Amino acid sequence: MKISKILASSLLLCLGSTVLSQGSISGNMESTFQYLLDDEKIDAEQPDEKALINSYVNVNYRNSGFKAGMRLEAYLPAILGYPDRFDGAGLGYRYVGYENDLVDVTVGNFYEQFGSGLIFRSYEDRALGVDNMMNGVSLNLRPYKGVTIKTVYGRQRFSFTEGSNVYTDGIVRGADAEINFNQWFPKLASSNFRVSAGGSFVSKYQEDNNTQLVLPENTGAYGGRMEVAYKKFFINGEYIIKEQDPSQDNGYIYNYGKGLLLNAGYSQKGLGIVVSAKSIDNMSFRSDREAALQDATIGFIPALTKTHTYNLAATLYPYASQPNGEVAYQADVIYKIKRGTKLGGKYGTDVSLNFSTAYAPVQNTSNVNPLDSTRVAYDSKLFDADDQLYWRDFNVSIKRKLNKKWTLKGSYFNISMNNDVLKLTDAKGIIESHIGVLDVQYKINRKNTIRAELQGLWTIDNKDRGDWATFLVEYTISPDWFFSALIQSNYGNPVEEDQIHYPMVVVGKIWGATRLQVGYGRQNEGLFCVGGICRQVPSSNGLTVSFTHSF
Amino acid sequence: MKNLSLLISTVFLMFTANSFAQGNDKGLLEKSIPEVQLKNTVGDVINTAKLHNDGKPMIISFWATWCTPCKKELNTIHDLYIDWQDETGVRLVAVSIDDNKTASRVVPYVDSKSWEYEILLDPNGDFKRAMGVNNVPHTFLIDGNGKIVYSHNNYAPGDEYELYDHVLELTEEK
Repeated sequence: MKISKILASSLLLCLGSTVLSQGSISGNMESTFQYLLDDEKIDAEQPDEKALINSYVNVNYRNSGFKAGMRLEAYLPAILGYPDRFDGAGLGYRYVGYENDLVDVTVGNFYEQFGSGLIFRSYEDRALGVDNMMNGVSLNLRPYKGVTIKTVYGRQRFSFTEGSNVYTDGIVRGADAEINFNQWFPKLASSNFRVSAGGSFVSKYQEDNNTQLVLPENTGAYGGRMEVAYKKFFINGEYIIKEQDPSQDNGYIYNYGKGLLLNAGYSQKGLGIVVSAKSIDNMSFRSDREAALQDATIGFIPALTKTHTYNLAATLYPYASQPNGEVAYQADVIYKIKRGTKLGGKYGTDVSLNFSTAYAPVQNTSNVNPLDSTRVAYDSKLFDADDQLYWRDFNVSIKRKLNKKWTLKGSYFNISMNNDVLKLTDAKGIIESHIGVLDVQYKINRKNTIRAELQGLWTIDNKDRGDWATFLVEYTISPDWFFSALIQSNYGNPVEEDQIHYPMVVVGKIWGATRLQVGYGRQNEGLFCVGGICRQVPSSNGLTVSFTHSF
Repeated sequence: MKNLSLLISTVFLMFTANSFAQGNDKGLLEKSIPEVQLKNTVGDVINTAKLHNDGKPMIISFWATWCTPCKKELNTIHDLYIDWQDETGVRLVAVSIDDNKTASRVVPYVDSKSWEYEILLDPNGDFKRAMGVNNVPHTFLIDGNGKIVYSHNNYAPGDEYELYDHVLELTEEK
């Protein structure tokens, strides 16, 4: 029965192929293969299969407004860092849709974001193992110039098991409208002001499966956002309220959740300034109240920190946002000292400063009777921060091109991380570290460049795993080859047998949109940048081959 | 699994049939820019399929504020951009894939580096997915007819010359 159905649709497809030939196809593929070894020192174990592979092929077809696409996925079995419930090969994503200037409708799987994503964001970040795509229908309308209405309805992907998608029980539905007032009012369009605003509503339904509590089966969230800009100043913000949403994350409390994000900035030639603030309270919002980690998230709470790329600064003590509550601030300054000045040198000097911090919120329990039946656990106010530090990062980097051949970049980071909250290692309390990085680039000629990084990390009081160093050399031959060797060493670990070295060599070859990379060695987890690409990788010891291709 | 292989072979057959039927006109894999609605830095919605450069070559470069090689590439091209534009009229559109964690940094970064590129924001990766981009930096070259003629997924110092050679090829063909 099923086969005949498929045959029928194949026939239809074949008949349609003459029509199809007018359209265009695009897509990509990615394969990551690992052959892993036992390595007791870093607690890496060789899996029974010895080798692991993740593969994806995306195909998108478009023809005069009509669109369709699919992604085949294979986990045989999944590479390190992926949950083992990702297994098998099969169709992981498919959609059909139509788009013109007025409507954009998609049936099947889709990704979407409302506003900043605080209330709703379904997205894919394969390197991080995040894929909370929707399965359902999305209808977007652009009824007037400058007005966008988005609606979504569906279930979210939770897993990919035995070659097919597993979706959450909960249903997610929502609508969002955004107006760009400058496209509405000619007077505003000709002024130096820019104003836009939007509002969202998202609701989830999940059956009450709890025998002890009466759980709300429908939980709504709503909020608005606005951006005002005048010349080179801008300020924008989004405020979201979430109704009662008892979940495993918040300990089944019946508080409302709220989240506020604010950004303001100014920029001109040679100078950029951004300040941001965030107040989050009870904002874990998932389509499955029992889900954890990265699973089934409806909203996206960004961490207000700079995304570092140097190995030690990025991978050892990173911050993750705290959906149950945090008050965070960030400031960024990017400045270019003019070329031809004494300080700026011949080519000018780039300076960037960044400061970010996050604190626990005050949760006032004095007006709350813990024994009443409301299960409202505390009162809280926006931006009411406790003394308890979650995170602080001050960093500065200075980059200067000395001449045609040499470019130097020096960076310093001071990072304090509350390990009682973030629980990255076994150490207690706040881990504070100084990190220094010297990055030297030497251009041998037009095509050949050599670059080296020397990095050091020192924890205050030799806390946690003590001191680290990383040395990296990278040699690139434009446009198609790169070679790199890296050693990361925990030379200062207070426990002598844990003074582990992580050596790694990587060779890559690029043919336009095709890229093959072979790495061998020990790898610590984290955001890993090599040969011109950054991606998130888990820890391992062995051979990793990755292949990407776009078509 | 059986159904799946049937589906795949059908799709494959279809492609083969198509490539025979095509002749030299326009292949299925002859890629043009897909239609995605993106915002620019002042909040206007731009249809990516309508990006053009009046018959002259156009570069689309995917980048992010946290991607060091991307910034290296675009800053390097920035120094050469005036000459490139004088010689070929090429236009560069830089598509930021920064999500909300870093999106507010895009405009101040771009302004502080005085980039003259048109900046588009792709915070949820819609255009990235439609263009088949795996990782950033990924740079595409589009000819005067809107056809993607070259792409490169990496940046190493010197790659800008390779890119510009392709731009020159396009302008010399004319």
